[in-house]
Amino acid sequence: MKYGILINEGPYQHQASDTALQFVKAAIEKGHEIYRIFFYNDGVNNATRLATPPQDDRNITKEWSSLAKEHNIDMVVCVAAAQRRGILDKGEAERNGKDSDNIEEGFRISGLGQLVEAGIQADRLITFGD
Amino acid sequence: MSMLHTINKSPFENSSVSSCLSMCAKDSSILFIEDAVISVMKSTKFTEMVENSLKDFRIYALKPDLEARGLSLNNVIEGVEIVGYDKFVDLTTEHDTVQSWL
Repeated sequence: MKYGILINEGPYQHQASDTALQFVKAAIEKGHEIYRIFFYNDGVNNATRLATPPQDDRNITKEWSSLAKEHNIDMVVCVAAAQRRGILDKGEAERNGKDSDNIEEGFRISGLGQLVEAGIQADRLITFGD
Repeated sequence: MSMLHTINKSPFENSSVSSCLSMCAKDSSILFIEDAVISVMKSTKFTEMVENSLKDFRIYALKPDLEARGLSLNNVIEGVEIVGYDKFVDLTTEHDTVQSWL
């Protein structure tokens, strides 16, 4: 079965990012396909490679990145939500005159259309967050 | 058409649990996750509401979230099924749609 995943919450709010990560791992384990993971609202904070949590804390950005690499998952960050929160790729940084970008490998910035398309293409769209 | 409802907030925090139980269609399934797992414990002010809704719905609670909160599995209301993430995935395939109450 094809899954679309929507994450609306950052890694340090409640538990949604972690629940989503565990769900995605369990779905892959069962042979399902993750069509896309869409990060929206504070969920875009999952995508910053500059976050440096203590070594004994889980680094969920790295976990997303390695999971996506291993299973070739499309991870999309909402552009408007990302700009508000200072999540930038190289192109957005240049366009907005910022001195650096901070998006983690495996994430890409795009628009809400990608969420709509995931809703159409996937068999199930599961929402995690506030 | 069958629907799976997931709820992730404690009934002590907002009204998602009571709204969901009062509004969702008969023969729906409800999965309590994250802070909502406290809903399935005995001896709370919400126990009776959840027990009564077992007549109409299948009710599940996510085991790792119960354990993370130190909630004893022995104190879970009879009739509630305790599940892991693998069964969470199965529930989403067994139902036609999934509604997340936030």
